[in-house]
Amino acid sequence: MAEFLNMGGYAFYVWTSYFLALILLGGVALWTSMQSRKVRLSAIRKAQQRRRKS
Amino acid sequence: MYRLAGRLAPWFGGLCLLSLALGLYLGLVVAPADYEQGDSYRIIYIHVPAAWMSMFVYVVMATSSAIFLIWRLKIADVVAEASAPIGAAFTAVALLTGSFWGKPMWGTWWIWDARLTSELLLLFLYLGYMALRGALDTPQGSARAAAILAVVGVVNIPIIHFSVEWWNTLHQPATISKLDKPSMHISMLRPLLLMVLAFQMLYFHNLMVRLRTLILTRESRASWVAELNPETGN
Amino acid sequence: MRVFKRDMKLAVRSAGQWLNPLLFFVIVVTLFPLGIGPGPAMLATIAPGVLWVSALLAMMLSLDALFANDFRDGTLEQMVLSGHPLTVMVLGKVMAHWVISGLPLVLLSPLLGLLMQLPEEAYLTLLASLFLGTLSLSFIGAIGAALIVSLNQGGVLLSLLVLPLTVPVLIFGSGAVAAAGMGLETSAHLSMLMAIVFLSVSLSPLAIAGALRVGVAAGR
Repeated sequence: MAEFLNMGGYAFYVWTSYFLALILLGGVALWTSMQSRKVRLSAIRKAQQRRRKS
Repeated sequence: MYRLAGRLAPWFGGLCLLSLALGLYLGLVVAPADYEQGDSYRIIYIHVPAAWMSMFVYVVMATSSAIFLIWRLKIADVVAEASAPIGAAFTAVALLTGSFWGKPMWGTWWIWDARLTSELLLLFLYLGYMALRGALDTPQGSARAAAILAVVGVVNIPIIHFSVEWWNTLHQPATISKLDKPSMHISMLRPLLLMVLAFQMLYFHNLMVRLRTLILTRESRASWVAELNPETGN
Repeated sequence: MRVFKRDMKLAVRSAGQWLNPLLFFVIVVTLFPLGIGPGPAMLATIAPGVLWVSALLAMMLSLDALFANDFRDGTLEQMVLSGHPLTVMVLGKVMAHWVISGLPLVLLSPLLGLLMQLPEEAYLTLLASLFLGTLSLSFIGAIGAALIVSLNQGGVLLSLLVLPLTVPVLIFGSGAVAAAGMGLETSAHLSMLMAIVFLSVSLSPLAIAGALRVGVAAGR
């Protein structure tokens, strides 16, 4: 396990790369899903309120 | 389209996670260390897929922009708008991991290598596209203007790439070609292909979710929106 | 052609339009020796790049006003609605822009080359490469200027959109000057620049006209 984490001495570079990729791509994915949730809730609610009024 | 995207999204997401898990396992644990670069080459499993996706997404963006300009198909514009931030993220990942690979291999964080330089310019193109979209507030105006920019960009990319390559060979007669591998062993290649698949699926999944969001925003006055369940969005 | 003549007349009347980019070009080039140091050998090696980058930035500066004035006073809308082919009118407008903003830069560049200790062999190539380069810069930049025409303030955005697209022009242009300074053959660079000129002159009017239509429609 320690050997695996050590990455033949390149641990810092390898794991930072993977970490950065996780942050960026995961960040985009998270942002996407949060935005989707927000829009879903507000847009559909608003549409339903409009319908009830009319 | 909205419903189709909703139905496809979980499939893409599941496939992404599956290939990601398998690709990471094979790439980080099973595949042997490279005899020249040691374990540092394992960055390839995110660098190459990200670089590939950065170009793939731009082509998708430009193609759908062209479709939008020619046939006025609204959904094509939504695809382009949804793709831009994802593509920019892939480009940034390719650049950052390239830099973290370059440090142990070349001893420097950045070299003006032809591919890295082209990738940097590609990031600028993405950012310019997003900035233009953000600056123009009327939806119709920004859609067509952004589409024109995307098409102009895709016409330019080959020229930019060619010129950068040319410039690079002029200034560095002996280019470091450590990254040019003639052939890869199958145990190294398999996880790479899996990771490419995973990134591709990640893009499609993300695209589907963003499509739904954008369609909802744009069509918020349509009557079908009122029939959806706010919790699930279906 | 009429558009070309009209723009020329307007430019002659307002000196700032052609004078400001020129002054900008001169001042930016003089900043480099002040920032780096006056060593002649150092200056000579960076001269092609400095001259070219400064010319590129000066062109960007001048592009801002290319369509903005016509957009504000409604001339542009008339052009779009007039029924004449818009691409042809765009061609005239961009050519006028080049004569007003690009050509003076080309003519002044040898003087600045002198300041930058540019080797003697390179002057002819400097003129030729800037002549071709500024022409294509006018056309490429006009796409950006047309895209943001309906915005009130677009200066920085314009550079963000256009600068990545101008990279090939910069590479071949400054490459030609640098090669000439070292006594090397420059025909490859110049023919590449020539190809870029043909490409941009023939294709970009289409994009510019499309972008102007969008801008005018959005402005109404």
